[in-house]
This record gives sequence, structure tokens and C-alpha cells, in this order.
Amino acid sequence: MSTSLAHTEEHADHGHAHEHEHHDLPWYRKYVFSTDHKVISKQFMLASLIFLFIGGAFALMLRWQLAYPGEAIPVIGHLLPDTWVAEPGSGVITPEFFVQLTTMHATIMIFFVIIPMAVGMFGNFCIPLMIGTDDMALPRLNMWSFWLVPPAGLIMLAGVFTEMGYAGAGWTSYPPLAADINKEAFTFSGQTLWLISVFMIGFSSIMGAVNYVATVLNKRAKGMKLFDMPLTVWGLFITAIIATLGTPVLAAGLAMLFFDNFFHTSFFIPDHLVSGASFPGGGQPVLFQHVFWFYSHPAVYIMILPLMGIVSEVLATFSRKPIYGYKAMVFAVAGIAFLGFIVWGHHMFQSGMNPLLGTTFMLSTIVIAVPSSIKVFNWLGTLWRGNIHFSSAMLAALAFVSMFIIGGLSGVFMASAPVDIYIHDTYFIVAHIHYVLFGGSLFGIFAGIYYWFPKMFGKMLSESWGRRHLFWSFLAFNATFFPMHVLGIGGHMRRIYDPNVYDFLKGMQGMNEFITIAAIVMGFSQLMLVGNILYSLKWGKKAPRNPWNANTLEWAAPPHPGHGNFDMDITVYRGPYEFGVEGRELDYWPQWEPGKSITVHHHTIAVSDDTSTSVGMH
Amino acid sequence: MSLALNLSHEPITKIPHGKLAMWAFLASELMFFSGFFGGFIVLRNTNYDVFGAGSAHLNWTLALINTFILIGSSLTMALAIHNLEHKKDGAFRLFMGLTILGGFGFLIVKYIEYSSKFADGLFPGQENHTVFYSFYFLMTGFHALHVIAGMIPMAYIFFKGFTKAGYPYPSKVETLGLYWHFVDLMWIFIFPALYLMIPYHVAGAH
Ligand code: HEM
Ligand SMILES: [Cu+2]
Repeated sequence: MSTSLAHTEEHADHGHAHEHEHHDLPWYRKYVFSTDHKVISKQFMLASLIFLFIGGAFALMLRWQLAYPGEAIPVIGHLLPDTWVAEPGSGVITPEFFVQLTTMHATIMIFFVIIPMAVGMFGNFCIPLMIGTDDMALPRLNMWSFWLVPPAGLIMLAGVFTEMGYAGAGWTSYPPLAADINKEAFTFSGQTLWLISVFMIGFSSIMGAVNYVATVLNKRAKGMKLFDMPLTVWGLFITAIIATLGTPVLAAGLAMLFFDNFFHTSFFIPDHLVSGASFPGGGQPVLFQHVFWFYSHPAVYIMILPLMGIVSEVLATFSRKPIYGYKAMVFAVAGIAFLGFIVWGHHMFQSGMNPLLGTTFMLSTIVIAVPSSIKVFNWLGTLWRGNIHFSSAMLAALAFVSMFIIGGLSGVFMASAPVDIYIHDTYFIVAHIHYVLFGGSLFGIFAGIYYWFPKMFGKMLSESWGRRHLFWSFLAFNATFFPMHVLGIGGHMRRIYDPNVYDFLKGMQGMNEFITIAAIVMGFSQLMLVGNILYSLKWGKKAPRNPWNANTLEWAAPPHPGHGNFDMDITVYRGPYEFGVEGRELDYWPQWEPGKSITVHHHTIAVSDDTSTSVGMH
Repeated sequence: MSLALNLSHEPITKIPHGKLAMWAFLASELMFFSGFFGGFIVLRNTNYDVFGAGSAHLNWTLALINTFILIGSSLTMALAIHNLEHKKDGAFRLFMGLTILGGFGFLIVKYIEYSSKFADGLFPGQENHTVFYSFYFLMTGFHALHVIAGMIPMAYIFFKGFTKAGYPYPSKVETLGLYWHFVDLMWIFIFPALYLMIPYHVAGAH
């Protein structure tokens, strides 16, 4: 970093000057009901980090049961409420509570951690800053899209006060189980609350997404064409389109399931399943699966496309090279988004759907591997012969790429219907989703936090603690989830309470214990991230304006920008990844810096204003 | 620190922010109702007779009246926007008022319809409820919620229209108008799907 770091002090730091910008607002408008996109972004971050630890604690509890069935959970076991444990004070959780744990863990991680972080936190922070504008197109709508999240979370967690406890039908909440057919009409169970909560979070997503679309289309800085946008903004923009078109379909499915659950209608309840007049019957359970996956497959791309953008950003900056194949990257994201809408049936090979239809979905799913591979190869192309700096953000981005390769490859296995019939609903799936969602999305989120923290809070994070956090997370992550592939192929089903009751699983119990120990290490490694954040907020080094010598517009803003973001006029002169331009002293060329260049065989060459015409004839 | 001056420029697409976001939101709304229609198509095919009998029992005259009410209120909405843009405040208030009245009219007719369904025991949990009526209440119910959701900002704008300054934002009314036309359009799909698609043999029996 030595050559480039020398230039970071080029701008004087007037970051604190914003303090008197919005002094006339009362405190609750500044910090609570704020319409400033950066404050909203931090609110998303805080809420999601809290949920991350709740969801993580749930995961560790269920992991304990899998590794040591029938043994008391250490430390917290005897504190658990009586309804959660087999016998009061025993510390051994019940099967009912176990499935509630799996359900709540997945729901929290997907709807309250990954999506709010990937889309809510980074979307809010990055979009206005990276396109060089002062705020979102509709700041008030933006505020409400956050303020639906905490009540939604509380409603879901309030399930614990209902008779049966939390929702327990899995994050996919298939009916008839999720319709709670034994429950009276017009009463609430944890599942009813779950449905309301996810409906709300979906509405929050849509409100955010339409705002992102309007912002990107309408508010780009002067001179910024669509193809001058950083890949992060592209990822978020296309994600917003997916969320706009996909989330409402989930909402429709949840509304119907809510009707079944609460009013005892029968959209998803077949004839003769329930006797008595309350359910008329005539519905189809598989219909829900179609509706659900029509959203939830695109939703996995909602959870990864923004991070793919962020990782591209980080890889280019810390390899000091232009992103390899910028346009190809954009079209690959668009292709993934489009194909993502026609592959949902790969979750349903085993649901009794027509095998011919299964073949169709198998083909479309395998085709998605093509744009995904384009992205991976372009990332590798970006790294190739780069001047690589192993900063924390870069390490997290490298973890993302490598883990996404493994997760994508296991995806291709499962996409093949004959293979999937064997591994469906086993730990192989659990391994896949964690390789893409933890190894991919969460490491992408880490990359984003390490990369933008200086801009978000005006302080530098500790690099050495960042590396330690990533090292332990990466190691423990692989120790936790790689063996799950083997468990899955060995026939270990998902969501089972006690593997020891199956003879054929007994030989693999050691693996379950190993996984649990690794998971505990992984969980506690995350304290290094939180500690690093808290320490830096208070005692961290003050951040310069452009600590990584990057090109995109957010680095033109003062560190910890105030209301209105920028303290100078912003005009965009070039694309976001002009690193190592010939004819320039610096190895980077910010988008906002005036200057002329020509392009020869995909290489940008800087030229001075008057010579441009003669050098242009190459 | 002086705020950057060239940041707040005209919308690049020339479409105001609110209106652009509304178009995106309407795309979203379309997918929401598509979810219902998708389910409707599937279950109608597997419960053909139940759906036919249910449709035949519905009161299409009331629904037709409601169709005209909604189309009328879409027209008055457009006229209200037109008059506001031309600064004719009196006419603006008149047409905005008529639009709100249309919304009320629609809801009153809906109320009459719903109470006769209740009397016939067709509500969920009642003895004559079938999966057709599940769709009936789901789709008309969510549609009615959309009507109510549109009437709230309309009432606000209407009453603002009586203040001295009048209502100053024609483009916001236009955005609301887009939404209102969408609610109208959805009804134009729901109406035939629920009330008019009666198979011959069922229709003959009545
Ligand atoms: C090359 C790309 C991918 C392919 C071919 C693929 C394929 C599949 C298939 C076939 C399944 C169903 C397995 C079964 O239930 O039997 C599946 C499940 C899943 N995938 Fe992927 N996947 C890919 C990438 C991703 C990504 C990027 C994510 C998220 C960021 C993701 C998240 C999930 C999740 C959450 C499930 C499990 C859903 C459940 O709970 O049943 N996948 N994937
Ligand atoms: Cu999928």
C-alpha cells in the first residue's frame, strides 16, 4: 500500500463541519426518525447485528442438541424456561422447541440479518454516495422502510408468548403444517405471528426497493451514465428490481396462508385432511410451494447480488487493477436476475410435480451456472497479476469468492434432479446454503463493513483484529460446514431432533460433535468484529477522506459525511475502475477528477487536454 | 460547509421521483395480485364445479354498479388533476370530492354485498363457505383495502384544497391518480374473474 497511501492526505479534513448543518432538528429526528440515508443505514446495521447474535445463539443451542442429544446445554441450560426443556431444570430441549429453533434461526438470518444488511444497510449507505447525490429520492419512504423492521422482529419473537411457542414449520413454512390446523380460528400462534411479521418485512423491502429504483434512475451525479456506475450500485439496483417483482408474490402467498391459518379457509388445505366444517377443503399444499419459491429463489439472489457488487469493488481496489470485464459483470448480474425467476422448481423435485417439469427446471438451473461462472472468472481475472494488498476487506472478499465457488458447485449437484432426489432435505442442502449465505453473503457483508467503516463512522477499524476475525471465522466456518456435505451424502436429514435414533447415522456422530465445537468457535469469533467496531468507534484512528485510494464517488465526500453528503460539486468524468492508467503518476484516477483520456485496446491512457487529438490516432 | 450545488438537479428521466417510484410500486402491486390470480387459476381448474356454483351465486348487478362507480371515479380523478394543473381550484375541489364520494359509494355497495354473504353463511368458518368464497373474500377484501388506502391521502389533499394556499402539488395528485387508476384496473380484472366466469351448465341451472 506504500506507494498509494502517500497521497491520502491530499484533501484537508473538514468532516466535522457538518455538525451545525442540521442543528435545528430535535434529537429524535436526527437519530431515531431520521430521513438521512446514512443514519438509516446505521439503524439497519445495528438492528441486524442484534438479530445476528440472537439467530446465532439459537443455532448454537440446536447444534448442541445434535452433537450431544439428551445432554443438558452447558451454562444456559438450566436458565431455559420450563416449556422449552424436557423436564424443568434439566436443560435438555424438547423436540418441539428444537424445530422452533431451526425455524427461528433461518428466518432471523434470512429476513432480519442478510437481507436488511445486504439491501437495507449497504443499499442505503452506498447508493446515494456512490452515485454522487445528497440523499435518496424519497427520504421519508426510506425512513418508514426501516421502521417496519423492528416491529416485525418483535412480532415474530412474541411467538414465544403463545401457547405453542415460536413458529416451528421451518423458514419455508409449508402448509398444511404451517396452517396450524388444530388451532381454533381467530387465535394467534407463533406461526400466525410469523406470517404477519414476514409480510411486514416484505412490505419494508418493497418500499426500500422502489426508492432505490427511483434514486438510481433519477439522481445520478452530473455526467454519470448508467455504465459509469460502480458494480455495487448495479448489484443493488438489479436487486431492487428483483425485490420489486418477487416480494409481492411472497406477500400474496403469505396472505393466503394467513387466511388458512387465521380464518380457516382452504387455499392450501386439501379435501379430507381435516374433518369438521371449519376447513372446507379443496386447496393444494403444493401451490404454496410454487408461490413461495417463485419469490424465495429470486430472494437468494437478493441476498447475494449486492455482495457480489461489493466484492467486485473491494477486489478492484486492493488489486489496483480495473475490474476485468466490467460490462460482462453487469450483464451477468442482469442474466442471473432474469434466470432467477425461472428456476424455482429446483426446490420441488421431490414435491410430486410432473417429472417433465422437473427436467425443465433442472435445465434452467444449470444455465444459471453460466453467468455465475462469468462473475467468478472475471474476479479471478481482476486478481491476476494485480498488486494485491491483503487488507481485512480484501481477505473477506477473497473468502467470498472461494466460498461462493464451493457453494455454487454444490448447487450444480443439487440442480441435477436425479442427484437431488437423493440429497434433497439432507445436510448437503444445509452445507450448500451456508456456503453461499455465510461463506458468500456474510463474508461479503464483512468485506463491506471493513471497506466502508471509515466513511460510515469516520474512524479506521483495526486491521490486525480484522485479520484475526476473518482468519478464525474462515477456519471455523469451513470446519463447521464442510463436513455437512459428507453428513448429507451419508443420509443425515435436515431438521431432525436426535440423529442417534437412526442406526445408519450412528457412525457419523463424531462428525456432529466436531461440527458443534467448530460452530461454537465460529460464533465466538464474531465477538472480535463487534469488539473491533466498538473499540474503533471510541478510540480508532481518524479516517482520511480516501483511505484506500479508491475511485468511486463516496470517497470524494468528507469522512463521516454530514447532511447533504458532499462539500463540493460532483461531476463524473470516467468509469469507476480506472486503476493503473498509463500516463498518470498515481495508480488510481477518481471518477470526480477532471482529465482527458483515450482508450486503446481496452487500456486507458491519460492525455493532457491539448494533445488529445494527435495521440488519439493510434 | 457549503452544500454541493450541482447535486440537486432535475430528475434524469424527467419523471418526478414520486411518480417513478409509484410506477415501480404498481409493478409490484401487479405481481401481488398476480399471486392471487395464479392461485385462482390453479384451484379453479381443480374445483371447477365449486367455482361455477359460487360465481353463479354472486350478485353481478351490484358488481357492475361498482365497476361503473370506479370507472367514474377514475374519470373524476383525471379531471381533478387537470383542473389543479390549470389552477382552477373550485373545479379541482369538486372533482376531488366526487372521487372520494366514488370511493365511499364503492365501499357501501361492497358492504351490502358482504352482509348478504354473511346472511347466506358464506364467510370463512360459516357452514356454506367454499374455496371459491375464500378467493372472493381474499381478492375483493384486499382490493377494498386498496380503495381505502387511496381515499386517505385523497381526503388529506381535498381538505388542503380548502385552505388559503390551496393544494400546491399537482404532480403528487397525479401520482396518486396513477395509483387510483391501478385500483380501478385491478377491479376490471377481478370483476369478470369472480362474477362472470360461470360455466354454461351452472348458469342454466339458475
Ligand atoms: C450456481 C448457483 C446455484 C445453484 C445451481 C443452486 C441450486 C440449488 C438447488 C437445486 C437447491 C435445492 C436443493 C434441495 O432442496 O434439494 C438449492 C437450495 C438452496 N439454495 Fe442454492 N443454488 C445456487 C446458488 C445459491 C445462492 C447464491 C444462494 C444464496 C445466496 C442459494 C441459497 C439456497 C438456499 C437458501 C437453499 C435452501 C432452501 C431450503 O431451505 O430448502 N443458492 N440451491
Ligand atoms: Cu433456488
